[in-house]
This record gives sequence, C-alpha cells and structure tokens, in this order.
Amino acid sequence: MPVDPTPNHPRTLVEKIWDRHIVVPERDDTPAVLYVDLHLIHEVTSPQAFAALAARGLRVRSPDRTIATADHSIPTLPGTHAGTLPIADSAARAQVDRLTTNCREYGIRLYGQGHGQQGIVHVIGPEQGFTQPGMTIVCGDSHTSTHGALGALAFGIGTSEVSHVLATQCLLQRKPRFMEVRIEGALPPGIAAKDVILAVIAQVGVAGGAGHVFEYRGRAVEALTVDQRLTLCNMSIEAGARAGLVAPDDTTFEYLSGRAEAPKGAAWDTALARWRTLPSDDGARWDRSVTIDAARLAPMITYGTTPAMAMPIDWAIPEPDQLPNHADRQAVSQALRYMALQPGRPLIGHPVDVVFVGSCTNSRIDDLRDAARLVRGRSVANGVRMLVVPGSQEVKRAAEAEGLHHTFIGAGAEWREPGCSMCIAMNGDMLEPGQYAVSTSNRNFEGRQGRGSRTFLASPATAAAAAVTGRVTDPRTLLEGRFS
Amino acid sequence: MTRWTSPWTGRATLLAADDVDTDQIIPARFLKATTRDGLGAHLFADWRNQADGTPKSDFPLNRPGAASRPILVAGRNFGCGSSREHAPWALTDFGISAIVAKSFGDIFRSNALKNGLLPIAIDGDDWAAMAQTLEQAPETELTVDLPARQLRIGTWSTTFPIDPFARFCLIEGVDELGFLLQQEAAIQAFEEQHV
Repeated sequence: MPVDPTPNHPRTLVEKIWDRHIVVPERDDTPAVLYVDLHLIHEVTSPQAFAALAARGLRVRSPDRTIATADHSIPTLPGTHAGTLPIADSAARAQVDRLTTNCREYGIRLYGQGHGQQGIVHVIGPEQGFTQPGMTIVCGDSHTSTHGALGALAFGIGTSEVSHVLATQCLLQRKPRFMEVRIEGALPPGIAAKDVILAVIAQVGVAGGAGHVFEYRGRAVEALTVDQRLTLCNMSIEAGARAGLVAPDDTTFEYLSGRAEAPKGAAWDTALARWRTLPSDDGARWDRSVTIDAARLAPMITYGTTPAMAMPIDWAIPEPDQLPNHADRQAVSQALRYMALQPGRPLIGHPVDVVFVGSCTNSRIDDLRDAARLVRGRSVANGVRMLVVPGSQEVKRAAEAEGLHHTFIGAGAEWREPGCSMCIAMNGDMLEPGQYAVSTSNRNFEGRQGRGSRTFLASPATAAAAAVTGRVTDPRTLLEGRFS
Repeated sequence: MTRWTSPWTGRATLLAADDVDTDQIIPARFLKATTRDGLGAHLFADWRNQADGTPKSDFPLNRPGAASRPILVAGRNFGCGSSREHAPWALTDFGISAIVAKSFGDIFRSNALKNGLLPIAIDGDDWAAMAQTLEQAPETELTVDLPARQLRIGTWSTTFPIDPFARFCLIEGVDELGFLLQQEAAIQAFEEQHV
C-alpha cells in the first residue's frame, strides 16, 4: 500500500520523489517496490531483456510508459539516417533490427533512424518533454542520471532490471543516501558546466558518491540553463552516484512549457502546482555535503584514465611520487604510462589528433554554440580531425537554422548525424591506437574511444580550442571579445 | 539447492587494481551481441590480449589454470562505469562465481547479484591480509560461506556485508522478476491513485 505521502519531517527532493513512488514499502529483509514513470530503452541493453520476457510468455506491462531510440551502434555518417545507406556492420544492423522488431511486437514508440526526432536517449527525453520533474526514470544506461537536471529521480539499470520494468513497471530498490553538492558563488566567464562537474568528480573521487544520490544546489547551479544542468547531472555516475538532481525552478518550467510531450492546458497548471512542491525543504537532512567555490573554477581537463584524474588546464601533470596515498600513486603512474605523458610537465601545448564534440554529455544546442564561438573565423589545424555530432535531429536542425554547421564545415570539421558516436566507439567512429583526443564525452577509460585511444575530457570550448590550434589550449586565450 | 546453499571452496586470481571499470571487463565493441552467451571469450579482452590477438602471458587471467579458479580478487570500486550487464555475463561465462573487492560500483553489484555472481566487499586490513596470502601462496584455497556471510582461509575468517534479500534470492534460487510479478495486485492499486 502507498505510504503517507506527506510525512511531517523536512524532506529532500529525492525523498519526496521516492515516497510518491513506493508501491510496497522497504523492510529489513526486502527492498521497496518502486514504481517507474518512464522507461527509456535502446538497442544495446534491451535485446536480452525482451528475450527474457518472451521466454516466460510475458508482455510489456506499460508500452505507453516506454520509449525507444537507436543511438549507440548506429553510424553517424551523413546520409546514413535518411535510409539511403544500410548499416555496414552486420552485428550492429542485427541489433538495430531487433529493437525495431521488439518495438513493433510490443507496441513501443521508437525514435529510430529516419525518425524526425531520433537522437541520443538522454538528449531526446528532455527535449521532447518526456522527462518531467518528480518522475522516476530508468534506462539500461548509466548516464540516465542526465534526466535529473529537470528534477526527476533518474538512474541507470542493468538488462535484468530492464526486463523487470518491461514486465512489471517496477524495480526492487533500497532507499539511497542523500548527498548535497553545493556550487556556491558565480561562475567566471568562459567556465562551463563541464568544468564544474569535472571539478566535482576530481574532489569527490570516482567512488565518492557510491550509495548516494546527488542534489546539485547553490547559486551557480540556479544560474545554469537546462542544457548546462543536463551536462552537470550526466556525469554524476562518474563520481559513483547513480543519480544527480537539480531542483525544478522557473528555468525548468520555461524549458518544458510547450514541448511535445509536456502537459498542456489545465494539466500543465496542475502539474506545475505539484512540481513547485518538490524542492528540498529547509532543514532536510543530508548524509553528506560538499561545497565548491564557483568563482575559483578554471577550464578543467583530464590527464589520466578516470574522470577524477582531472585538473585545471593550466596546471602541470601530477607527479605520482608526490601524491600522499599509495593507491593514488600507483593508479596515476599507470594512467600516465598508458597516456604516454610526462609527470610535472604542462598539458597545455600537447599535440592532439582528434577532437570530438558530442555525446549525451555535450551535444545540445548550448554546447554546439560554445564550440562554434571558438571555431568561427578559424580553421581546424592541419592534421587534426574534428567531429561534431549533434545529440538529436532537433538539435541538428536548430544548429543548422543558426548556420552553425556552416561554421564547422567551413573550418574543416565533419558535421554528422546524431548518435553516441566516438563516446563509446561502437559504430566505427573511433581513434587509432595511440591517438590523442580532446573529447566532450564522459569517459576517458583505457580504450573507451577505440583500442589504445588516449582521451582528454573537456568542455566544448576547450575541445574547439584544441581543434583550431592542434594542441591542448586554454580556451580563454582564444575567447577575447567572444563572450555572448 | 543452489551453489550458495552451503559453503564452497576454490582458488582465486588476484587482480590488484582499483577502479576496474566495465569497459575493461568487456570492451564496448563486444556489446553488439543480442544474446548473453559466449562473452567469457572477450573478458578483459584488451588487458588479456595484444593488439594482434595473442595473449599477454603476464596477465593474471592468462596464467595456466586461471579458468578453473572461481574467485577473482580486485581492489576498490570494481565494476565502476557503464551499466552493461555484459560485464557479469562475461565473468560468469569465464567461470567466476565470486569477486572479492574493497568495494563495488553500485550498478555492477546489482547486476552481479542477478546473475549468481557474488560481490564480497571486505575492508582494508582484511583485504591486505588476504592479498598478501595470495601473493605468497597463489594456490591457497578460499571458502565462501554465504549462509554465514563469511570468507575463510584456513583458520582466518572475515564477515562480509550483503543485502539480506539478495542473500535469500541466491540461497533459495529465487529470481527477482518472479518476486515482482507476485506484487501485481499492489502495483494495480498503486496505479489507480498515481498521477
């Protein structure tokens, strides 16, 4: 039975969402049965879940709460989405075909290749208005935390859990702990949400958020656009937290108003009244709290093989033997060997082979504008390959309406169709072994962008600065007079 | 009766690295499969093999007999990163039944438990003592006792935490989907009042 929806102690945003979705309360010996409002699926982590359903003769319980897209393994070459070019990789083609068949069989809406609103799952959810404050949202993808930017409790699940949600619209879950991540003060000009989240991860560590859900708070967070908040929440998982949220506010409501799947008319007014009750109460209890001073932030870049191995771009590469902790010394030494970087040397000026602007972290219109601002009037440096991969067909159209594609193509960059592309390197977009990329994606793990690939994670501005100079470059030095 | 109803004993492979992410456990290029079978062949593909496909002889899982060792010992935050359940599928297909680590990525731990793969988290001093034993005597046998929540080597033992429901499901062979399907009446009642 549902629990009392209005306990009288001050609650966090997450606690309020949690309480409203309890089908069966948690006990010591059993987790809670938690209701899922929105289930997003894609081609890579769903086929085995549908097979599990079929093996037991089960149906999809709520096709109307399930949305599918193809994004991970599809090509992004121009023309491939118009249906004129088949997917060359037969395994990828079979996987995409399986998704199409499953969606047809079970009556699930599919935003696949050729659909006018196709895109990366974590881009189209917010963009189409599926993602709404107060919802529970899951997807077989760890970057589901992205949707927390609109005040939803959104987290990644495995394929077994995908089958649970398909069959029952519910999950077995223990209540998470709550961690407040305060970004106080105002961001200096030229500092992006990506710089903020890399600084958070560097401070908290890759495992620091385990068992917790983050709520990003403070004046710097309130001042971010929704696109920027999506970047912030997207990388919560890189600090070990399954979810990260921003309280819904007028910025959120303005963003959602009029989107295709957002409530309309009287339903909008009712929803808005409910959404306004969601922000954490004064006096709500946090299990942990960290604070970052926004005013002191610089453009951030990673030098190693975890997203926590990040530093201000003008710092020297760390010297492992000066680190206080043995485990860190070992990890950083090994990472620098893999990256073929010299301890103690500056990273600025390091040559770059490839620049990737895209992924569920940084492929929205704000991100493309940030990159274009730097590229405009310049050319991609000799010997550098720059890929710009919009997150969705809508982002692509919006960028083209502003002429951003002319800026990129004119500078010598490749302007691609939407997809995950070089973030996960499943679709043929990848680095050669040993190549260096400045990438706006979310993971710099060994081999993430292709076997032997070496990744520097950074913001769209820092990526664009590397593209036009051919080297790791502080974007602030190229941005004089270009702030909007 | 399941593998977990009573204690069992086996040897371990020591992979003393922290933050082993699921991209290392199974690289993304192997995720185009539409079944869960045969992924053990690609377990740690880029750490096990040279670029030309020949095995790296010094990688722990390439040592003779590694495939018959049911326990993998690793450092902090094992299985961080991507939610891919292909990671526990690859580990179990290779023949691994338990992973002893200082801690686990949240999604990986959840995925492992749904595939009969036991994540055993033990703390710093216990972990260090065990790793030292395995370094000095790699043939040491470890006993995994899920009913007692214990890991034992000879007379040494340590208790590990595990969610009581996950422990119940492993020991009794209960699958979570079956459990959830039994909640249908409560789910319907919830949906009638949920906006």
